[in-house]
This record gives sequence, C-alpha cells and structure tokens, in this order.
Amino acid sequence: MNILVCISSVPDTTAKITFKDDNTTFNKDGVTHIIGPYDDYALARAIELKEELGGTVTVLNVGTAETEPQIRKALAIGADEAIRVDAEPTDSFFVAEQIAAVAKENSYDLIMMGRETTDYNSGVVHGIVGQLLGMPSLSPVMELNIDGNTAKISREIEGGKEKLEATLPLILGCQEPIAEWKIASMRGIMTARKKPLNVRPAVGEGLTSVSSYSLPPEKGDCKMIPAEEAEKLIDLLQNEAKVL
Amino acid sequence: MSAVAENEAIKGGEFLIKETSASDIFIPEEFNEEQQMIAETCSDFLKTEVHPILDEIDKAKTPELMSSLMDKAGELGLLGTAVPEEYEGFGMNFNTSMLVAEVLGAGYSFSVAQSAHTGIGTLPILYYGNENQKQKYLPKLASGEWKAAYCLTEPDSGSDANSGKTKAELTADGKHYKINGQKMWITNGGFADLFIVFAKIEDDKNLTAFIVEKSYGGITMNEPEHKMGIKGSDTRQIFFNDCMVPVENMLSDREKGFKIAVNILNIGRIKLGIAAVGGAKGVLTQAVNYANERKQFGISIGRFGAIKHKLGEMASKIWVCEAAGYRAGQNIDDLIEKLKAEGKSDAEAKLKALEQFAIECAIMKVHGSEVLDFVVDEGVQVYGGMGYSADAPMDRAYRDSRINRIFEGTNEINRLLIVDMLLKRAMKGEMDLMGPAGAVAKEIMSIPSFGDDHEGMFAAEKNVLKNLKKAVLMVAGAAVQKFMMKLSHEQEILMNSADMLIEIYAVESAILRVEKLIGIKGEEAVSLEKDMMMIYLHNAVAKCNMVGREAIQAFAEGDELRVMLMGLKRFTKIEPFNTKDARRRVADAMLAESKYIF
Repeated sequence: MNILVCISSVPDTTAKITFKDDNTTFNKDGVTHIIGPYDDYALARAIELKEELGGTVTVLNVGTAETEPQIRKALAIGADEAIRVDAEPTDSFFVAEQIAAVAKENSYDLIMMGRETTDYNSGVVHGIVGQLLGMPSLSPVMELNIDGNTAKISREIEGGKEKLEATLPLILGCQEPIAEWKIASMRGIMTARKKPLNVRPAVGEGLTSVSSYSLPPEKGDCKMIPAEEAEKLIDLLQNEAKVL
Repeated sequence: MSAVAENEAIKGGEFLIKETSASDIFIPEEFNEEQQMIAETCSDFLKTEVHPILDEIDKAKTPELMSSLMDKAGELGLLGTAVPEEYEGFGMNFNTSMLVAEVLGAGYSFSVAQSAHTGIGTLPILYYGNENQKQKYLPKLASGEWKAAYCLTEPDSGSDANSGKTKAELTADGKHYKINGQKMWITNGGFADLFIVFAKIEDDKNLTAFIVEKSYGGITMNEPEHKMGIKGSDTRQIFFNDCMVPVENMLSDREKGFKIAVNILNIGRIKLGIAAVGGAKGVLTQAVNYANERKQFGISIGRFGAIKHKLGEMASKIWVCEAAGYRAGQNIDDLIEKLKAEGKSDAEAKLKALEQFAIECAIMKVHGSEVLDFVVDEGVQVYGGMGYSADAPMDRAYRDSRINRIFEGTNEINRLLIVDMLLKRAMKGEMDLMGPAGAVAKEIMSIPSFGDDHEGMFAAEKNVLKNLKKAVLMVAGAAVQKFMMKLSHEQEILMNSADMLIEIYAVESAILRVEKLIGIKGEEAVSLEKDMMMIYLHNAVAKCNMVGREAIQAFAEGDELRVMLMGLKRFTKIEPFNTKDARRRVADAMLAESKYIF
C-alpha cells in the first residue's frame, strides 16, 4: 500500500490575520504555521493503514522552503519520505497540477488529503487531481478501510451518511473521525531529520493572482430593545441598519 | 567589576561580581526546529490527553488514571528526554529537558506526576547508580513501563532532611537491608513500581539511599492525602515494614544519601522554576481571554487600565523568569559539555555542572514559584466573581500553584541556601566577594561619581543593574562583618539579601535577552519585550530598595546606618520611565490576540 498524503501549511487556527503590500499579500510575520488540520487526519489514517498493511507513506507539499518545518513534522508523525514542490501554492488548479505530476511518476494506491485547507478553504484540489489523473475522487471521507483492492468508505452527504466501495487507486479528501489525530513522538522527531525530503521544481504556472484581500467588517455593537418597544426594531432596521 | 574574559566561562554565582554579555546567554527564541517540535508534542499531549479531563484527574479516587496518563506520556517518549540513549532514553541536553518541563508545566497534577517520575524518581539512578543498576532500571523508567517515587520526607523530617528516622539494617546473611520506617508526602506513591528510599544504616549520622522495588514486599500505604491543590497527584504516606532490599540496591555509598538528596533536589528546583513559567503562561492566556470576553459597563474589562496593569505585570514577570531559566540552563549545558570533553563521565559532568549552578537553580525555584503564585492570584482577580467559582479554571490554577513554594525545599530554605552557598564559595576562595564588597564599602564613604561606565545598548539600565549589585554587596558585606559566624541566626537579613540577588539575576537575564533579541530581530520588533524588561527593572529597583533598607535598619546604627542608607539610595537610583504606558502596550498586544504572545 503506497500512499501519497498531500499536506498544506496553514496559519495556526488562532492566528491574527493581517495583510501587507497594499493588502495584496498575507502577512506571515509572527504567524505560526501548522499542517492543515484536515490534512493531519488524512496523514494519521495513512500511517495507520501503513502499519496495518505495510507499504510507504509519502508526504507532498507545494510550498516554499518556509513550509519545511511542517513537512518534517509530518515525517516525525510517521511518514517515510517527503516531496516538496518548490513553489507558492497560488491556486487550487496549480496545486492539483503539481500533485498530478508527482502521482504520474509514481504508482500510489491512494492519494489522500484533507477535505479542504483551513486558509483558503477551496475544497476542490482533490476533485481536480481526480480529473487530471482520470481517477475517482471522494470527499469528505470519514471512515476508510481497505480490503484487498477495494476501499470501504463512509462519507457525509447532504442530510445523511453514505457508505460506498471503490476500487483503488483513489483520491480522497478526508476529515475527522477518519483516524485519531497523531502526536509526533520523541523517537519520531529524532528520526525525521534522517528521512528523505526531496525538493523538485513546479510544472506549469499559476493562472491567478490576488488583487487585494480584505477582512470581514467588524461586528457592530448589539442594540437591545425592550420587548414593549418592539416597534422600534422596524425603525432601526429601516433607518439605521438600512436593511429593510 | 570586570567583564568575563573571552573563553572564560562564568561560574555559578559569579553573576554578582562579573558581567555577562548578551552574546553569551541562550534565549528561548533560539530553540531550533527540533526543540520546537518537542515542545509542540508536549503541548499537543496536554491538549488532547490532559486538559479535557482535568476534573476527572482531580477527582481520581484510584491511581489508575494518572498511571495510564503516564503510560501515554511514556509511549510518546516524554519520560525519557534526559535519559541517555544507551539506556533507551533520548539523551537530550539540559535546556531541552527544561523546555519539556516548561510546556508540561501547564499540566496541573499531571505535571507534578511527570516531573516527580523523571526528576527525583529517575535521576538518582542516572547520576548515582552503578552500571548494573542503570541497565536494569533506566530503560524501564524512560519508557514509563515502571513509574518511580522518591521517599525522603518523614513526619518529623521535612526541611531538616538528614534527621530522618527510617532505618536500614543488614540481615544476618549479609544479603539484604531490612528497611523500617514511615515516609510522607510521597508523590506517585500509589502507583509507583520503584521507590528511591532514604534511610539510616544502624546509627549512621547520614542517610543512605536505596532503590526499592515495590515487589520486594513490606510496603504499605495510606489512602491518598487530601490536599489543597494538585488533587490528582497521588500523594501518600508510605510505610516500610521489614522491606527486604538486596544489598546491591544500595545507591552509591553508605551515608551518601544526604548528598544525593540535596543534589537531586537541586536539579528539581530549576525544573520546577521553569515548569512554573509554563503554568503561568497558560493562566495568563486564560486571563487575557476572559478580559476580552467579560463585559462590564458596556465594554470588555480588558479595556480598563486596572486590568491592563495586571496583564502587563503578569507578562513581564513571566517573560523575565523565562529568560533567567534558560540562561542558567545553558550555563549548565555548557559546563556539562566542557567537563565531558575533559574526560568526565556523563553522570559526573551533569552532577558537577548542576552543583556549580546550584545558586541559580535555587533562584529559579523561588522566582518561578512566586511568579506563578502572583500570576494565579491576579488571574483570579481578573476573573472577578468567576475567579472564585470552582467551575471556572482559576480555581484549580490558584490551588495547584501554592505547593510550588513549599516542595523541593521551601522558598525560605532556598533563600537561605542562595546566600549561604554564595558566602561559602567566598570563604573557600572560589569567588572573590570580599574584594568587591570592600570596594563598595569604600565607595559609599566617598563623593558619588557621576560618570556612568557603561556605554552602548542599554547603558543606563546596565548601570542601574551594576548599582543593584553594589547594593547587595554593601548590605550582605556589612552583615557578614557585623555578625561573622552568627550570621546564620539572622535569617531575616539573609532573606533580604536573597531577595536582592534574585531580582538582580532575573533583571540581568531580561536585559541580556532583550539585547540579544534586538541583534536578531531589530529594535522595532522587540519594543514590547523591552517594555516588559523596563517594567521589571523598575519593580526590581523598588524591591531592592525596600528589602535593602529593611536589612540595613536591622543591624546598622548611627553614622553607619546613615551612610549605608545614603549608599542604598545612590545604588537604587533610576531614571523615570512610564511603566503605566508600558504595561498598557504589553496588555493591548496580548488582548489583540487573546493570548500570551511572547
């Protein structure tokens, strides 16, 4: 079982988001980066499957050298080797293109990643990779078991759950509770530096560029209206909030 | 005072008479990626395994829950950081194990169990065990397969540890020591597989240490103690009734137990100090969060100056204590490496290095535990009424903090030790205290010099620091002359002197940390750190003035009193600085991110 786990490097979920360069760039100063939380679950399940069935787990990240601490963390958690495509992950298609290029050169039974990243949340990379490779892509996968050449999957669908089976190879967008989140052990941390981390150039180029970012407007103060003066609400919504 | 010559490493306690340059200290901002990953593992462990079940841990009626948490920590390798690789540990350096202690320090009762096991439980064997003992026990302790406890305190023998009554008697066949006695406040007692037990053989004057496996039998215990805090820590009274310990399980030599106990506690002290920093950071983050969330008079209470004052003050103390801890930790690491290069074994080198910096270790114990106590107290206050609720987090933090000023040597004992060790080193000729003290005594009789000899970055602050050193040299030097051998009876004066020394070490570490940080990040990026240092410096000067005055008034009279008080005034002079605005800046930055950010 050879598994490719695609991880993103995202700002810590509690980070304060600011922009620079005339609001065209996310300001990374002082921001801690982590492995995308959904990717982390994909990685955890991949490592469990490897322990169960043998094989290797390769992690792939599209990013500049700044993301290497997150890649080495994935190696410390238990991945065997890593590939970094040396480029800014400018848009979903570009990232998917890189993943597909790596996948074409190797033979993976599973390509796993989070259902979405927690920075830009496009949630489409796994779908595009599926298209580029001509393979089925399923998301959000919440349970995954492998029986021979078949993946038994449970995923959330609108209003319920779906259980399905699919033949490998597959591309999966994952989320909890697919596996127990894994903490890097001391031994893992100490062996991570000895594991291969190969850097390769990107294929193609980003098709989009950011004109500007902005944060949602700050929440205004909450006005309380006594129940006996409910008619004031209409007045405020019409004349102050101007939404009616 | 002379600058330390290049390549001449500073010795323990020498901070008082020598200057350290910023480039010579280690600051926590220099931890490498691997060390940061280790810290993340520790905090991830607390977040997933410990923090969600804090109530359950505190209510634990049986020792199994804590024991299972220790198993999980063992699986991750968190119990073997300081154990060398040849004994199946990870052989991390001292500052890395300090980092582990700091992060796990936010683990309440778990933190106590973990530190007792890895510190006083494991280290006696690591440092004093023979090869057979190390091979037999260390791998089991490093993995957590076995848990350890340390049995020193007895009902009538606490701070006066060498007065213990537990007896070890050699059996007629010469194969065993039969241990009889009673031990108290034994952390991890309920689930430990191995006990480091201190007992006196026959009528020996000094203690002897033994490695006692629970399976030897003859060990019984009371139910867990009811405690004010750290309720989840399994603390027991343990009774040894004809416990048969094989003679080969004596640790080191007969009557070496007291020395072992003292040295092991010494290591525990600096770790306790840094663990308190970790606990305090967690509490401050909670307080900052609450200050943002809680609204009174229509706005978040964090917008009030009174609350900002508290938050700024808490951050400043934490940040400064952290600076002192890792500075001392690196001094210890450097000396360990040097001694190993000179041919000392790993254990010998570690012991010697820790002994050398025993003064700094004691300073960290007192400072860390008192910073944490300050922070939890103000944490309760920020939470207001909710701070007093047992359903809100400050309740546990407040109760759990208190023990830190008591165990591993009370803060009173440690204050006395700080001065005692310093004076002993001076008497042995290891450190020239009398020269600088004599120079200060002369200086106060002469016209004050207005020339400041420091130049460059933080010249003014370094001059203040230099004067604080003179202040303590003046006070302690005069007290030594006055009381000579009877100084030990003047505990109040010794404590005053210790307070000054603690403040000096802490604030010097802070100045050097800011200076080094500026070199790394540039001045603009560390303005808040500079604020925290300045807040602390002004507090330290005020404290030194207060306790210095108290000490002088306790023993000087007439002209001597007047001259010394004038000297103190001169040595505790500082340029005005708006600490109110500095605290506000620090608090605002934390409130913006809803956490302790440094």
